[in-house]
Amino acid sequence: MLEFQILLPAILNGLATGAVYALVALGLTLIYGVLHIVNFAHGSLLMLALYGVYFLYTLLGIDPYLALPIVVPAMFALGYALQRAVIATASHGREENILLVTLGLSIIIDNFALYLWSADTRTINPSYAFSTVDFGGAFIAVPKVVSFVGALVVTGLLWLLIQRTDLGKAIRALARERQGAQLVGIDVDHIYAMSFGIGIACVGAAACLLLPSYYAHPGVGENFVVIAFTVVVLGGMGSFAGALVGGFVIGLTESLGGLFLGENLGKIGVFVIFIAILLFRPTGLFGQRA
Amino acid sequence: MSRPYRSITRRSILAGAGGAAITAIAAPAILRAQAKSVKVGIIHPVTGGVSYSGTQSRAGALMAVEDINGKGGIKSLGGAQIEALLSDAQSKVDVAVSEIEKYNEAGVSAIVGGYASFLCLATTQAAAKHDIPYVVDVGTDDRIIAAGLTNTFRFSPGYGVFVKTAVPALKDINAAAGSPAKTAVIVHEDSAFGTGTAGLLSKELPGIGIEVLDVIKHPTPTLDFNNIVLTIKAKNPDIIIPANYYNEYVILARTMLQQKLRPKAIYSVLGGGASQYKFVKEFPEAAQFIMDCNHWFNPKNPAALDLKKRIEAKDLFYTYEVFLNYNAVMLLAEALERAASTDRAKITAALASSTWSGHFMPYGPTKFENGQNTGARGVNLQVQDNDIKVILPTEFANAKAVFPMPT
Amino acid sequence: MKTPGLLAVAVLLALAPLPLLVHSDFWLHFAIMTLYFSLLGQAWNLLGGYGGQRSFGHAAFFGTGAYAAAVLQVDLGINPWACLVLAGAFGAAAGALVGALSFRYDLRGSYFALVTLAFAEVFRIVADSVPFTGAGVGFQIPLRQAAVNFQFHEKAGFYAVILALTALATALAWWIENSRFGAELVAVRENEDAARALGIDVNRTKLWAITLSGGLSGFAGSFYAQYFLYLDPRIAYGVEVSVTALLVPLIGGVGTVLGPLVGAVALRALNEVSGTITGGAPGLNLMLYGALLIVILAFLPDGLVSLGARLRRARPAGRLGHA
Repeated sequence: MLEFQILLPAILNGLATGAVYALVALGLTLIYGVLHIVNFAHGSLLMLALYGVYFLYTLLGIDPYLALPIVVPAMFALGYALQRAVIATASHGREENILLVTLGLSIIIDNFALYLWSADTRTINPSYAFSTVDFGGAFIAVPKVVSFVGALVVTGLLWLLIQRTDLGKAIRALARERQGAQLVGIDVDHIYAMSFGIGIACVGAAACLLLPSYYAHPGVGENFVVIAFTVVVLGGMGSFAGALVGGFVIGLTESLGGLFLGENLGKIGVFVIFIAILLFRPTGLFGQRA
Repeated sequence: MSRPYRSITRRSILAGAGGAAITAIAAPAILRAQAKSVKVGIIHPVTGGVSYSGTQSRAGALMAVEDINGKGGIKSLGGAQIEALLSDAQSKVDVAVSEIEKYNEAGVSAIVGGYASFLCLATTQAAAKHDIPYVVDVGTDDRIIAAGLTNTFRFSPGYGVFVKTAVPALKDINAAAGSPAKTAVIVHEDSAFGTGTAGLLSKELPGIGIEVLDVIKHPTPTLDFNNIVLTIKAKNPDIIIPANYYNEYVILARTMLQQKLRPKAIYSVLGGGASQYKFVKEFPEAAQFIMDCNHWFNPKNPAALDLKKRIEAKDLFYTYEVFLNYNAVMLLAEALERAASTDRAKITAALASSTWSGHFMPYGPTKFENGQNTGARGVNLQVQDNDIKVILPTEFANAKAVFPMPT
Repeated sequence: MKTPGLLAVAVLLALAPLPLLVHSDFWLHFAIMTLYFSLLGQAWNLLGGYGGQRSFGHAAFFGTGAYAAAVLQVDLGINPWACLVLAGAFGAAAGALVGALSFRYDLRGSYFALVTLAFAEVFRIVADSVPFTGAGVGFQIPLRQAAVNFQFHEKAGFYAVILALTALATALAWWIENSRFGAELVAVRENEDAARALGIDVNRTKLWAITLSGGLSGFAGSFYAQYFLYLDPRIAYGVEVSVTALLVPLIGGVGTVLGPLVGAVALRALNEVSGTITGGAPGLNLMLYGALLIVILAFLPDGLVSLGARLRRARPAGRLGHA
């Protein structure tokens, strides 16, 4: 079982999936780092985006990768609206309520999807879906390779946005020192909503990259929310580098876990890591504060 | 005539109770004046992990209801129409059980369906609580019958019969080619049907000289078979034996093709996608030469072929779920004719004494022992030339087995 | 805002003769499911309402109790009534395990919520992989209707049992409101550090709360197993149970004795209404639950029980809801 022929594809598949996890987690860690919101609806929003990409493909014939310029801004707008209209209002700014409000949102979104689209798994079948790229004997599906590259590109773009633009500066300022930021004239509510919007835009990008090798289903959100949190907590809440490294670690854990422990038990690796990090090192690998 | 199921209201329950009283005392002339019907619950998982099969099942059942009602309904009950009360089991046991309770409230005379073994195990028991006769449409787990519930009847075979057909057939096919196959890996879905089938196969295969190298289980749904295919590659078996539902079967077959895993044979027993026209049409390359031991109609019976034409005219594939459900409802209708009553106990008795040969399965007349139709059997099939052929038994065969698979 | 014991007793007594007045299986099932929800909700309420430790993984305790009850009676032949008691013990043990780990490492707020969620998932995955739970095949309790088997041919029997269990849970909640332990628990909820400064053993208090909470959840699990006669990893340890457990008290009124009962009635009624309107399409009732949760959090954070008080006063709700 430990033969290279078997391990290499498992590792490469794990890294490819891990890149997408990193992208999803980036949005979550940005939202936490700036707004201190533990966004329990993150997975549900990914699920919505997946359906969006699915319907764009099946109803309008738009290839998922080409749908990026549609889905990303749409998800950004949705995120912005959700933060300003729903989350800020309903939670009255109380941190413990925010988790519950986002939980309520996730319940609504997940079940609305179930009601509208039923529990059938939806897959698309573009021509390249089952083609492979040969990495020295390991046949990796084309969509996985694209998602790996795509995730790294988006991560890079996000980093540029945060580090090199005025918006990014405002976000970083607000994250570090809320009152100070207000004093220098930053519109707090607007920047909060922008940050949330960017976080959800990441989720939109991830959905476009993910659908060709994955599926849309109302339960997807539940699966992803814990994975996203595991990556974020592993990497450290608020750390970009952490989200990236964490994503790869979790992707690998999932893939190798499935290989060695079987499809049923293999899923346990992620949760065990999650619990272990929460108990023994809650600040994560790169985190700064508990 | 059918209607989508509405949640129970007080009105519908009272109507059910009152209706029964009126039926008992009315004279035939009055019966004709009322809209008389027999309420039959038809439950399938039309959404969720096994929704394709559930939808196909429902289509077959409804076709039968239409045919029966179109030909004048149940004559011994004055032309009573079958009123089908449809339910979605959502591929979840707790939902299915609640629907059975609702059927009881609504005063159904019988229930048909379930499709999946994991659903049927619970629904037959829930129906037994209220002594409602239950015809299992597919559910191949033998524990459904072994539970000994007197209300439960299964027209088609269980996985025990399939394994006892498939294993000797494999021996013959292997022998005819000089016995090149010596090892196998079984891949199965982890609910009742897959686990049971895999367990039986593991016991029987060594007896024909095939060593089982590994038994790999997976949940339904599973959408990524990369790791499983890698694991199989590591073992390098001569034969791969899948037992799972449609979606997983297709993804597994396609992943094997993608990863260039080419065994001497893919020999399924109750393979969810193996003998499925949908699979053959949509992914002919992946489907080619797959062998299967599964439910099949008698290809020499004109009624079977006639139904095939009518189903395909509706743009549906003619799958086992369709023709098994069609026959299950027909079986019930025949029992209703002999019972001449909507009383649950009388219908159960009529089913138990059934000797019906008006079906188009290769079974002979029905004969129920402890709820199982003893004449029921499966056949061996193979996908050749983008079509599904019967390779065994010889009396129904229209092709010869191709083994090993050409590379 | 303490609930007078008399009020709680009166409510329970009023519910007792229901099977004598109502013969419809449908309404009895409604009543049973409502009380079952309130039991689950009261279990959560002990830890999350009075204790302020909001768990997202109560299924871990529920499911352990359910499987314990099922496996012990089918595989070891232990009498199902004894299994009810044992289910409580197993649920309590699961609670103590999760609590010991989480509180020892001082997990609070969102971190506590997430770690309980993770524990429930780990339990689910294990249940899905080991043979004695039946794994993916699920676990069925054979039909053997007799009172001694904790299976009743008439629903009235089940109603009596769930009413008794609910009464027990309600009594526990009332006791917490009026005992020293309860006062300490509420102090921990309001301000952990201050409580510690006052000499309260914070970890031990929380641990007791989660153990009691787990025990009640275990009872709920055993009842479920007997009423439906089937379990699988998703039913036992899935998210739906955990979400139900927290929705019920949050909507009815956290940290109150009758809140879970009010919340249960609201949710089940909503369930029936939405079912009638849509014909039982999946997902709709849970969606409405989520919407109700957000509405409550936004406008009525102390839950439905505070509605009366809110309407009487013109000001927002009092301080005793949650910090």
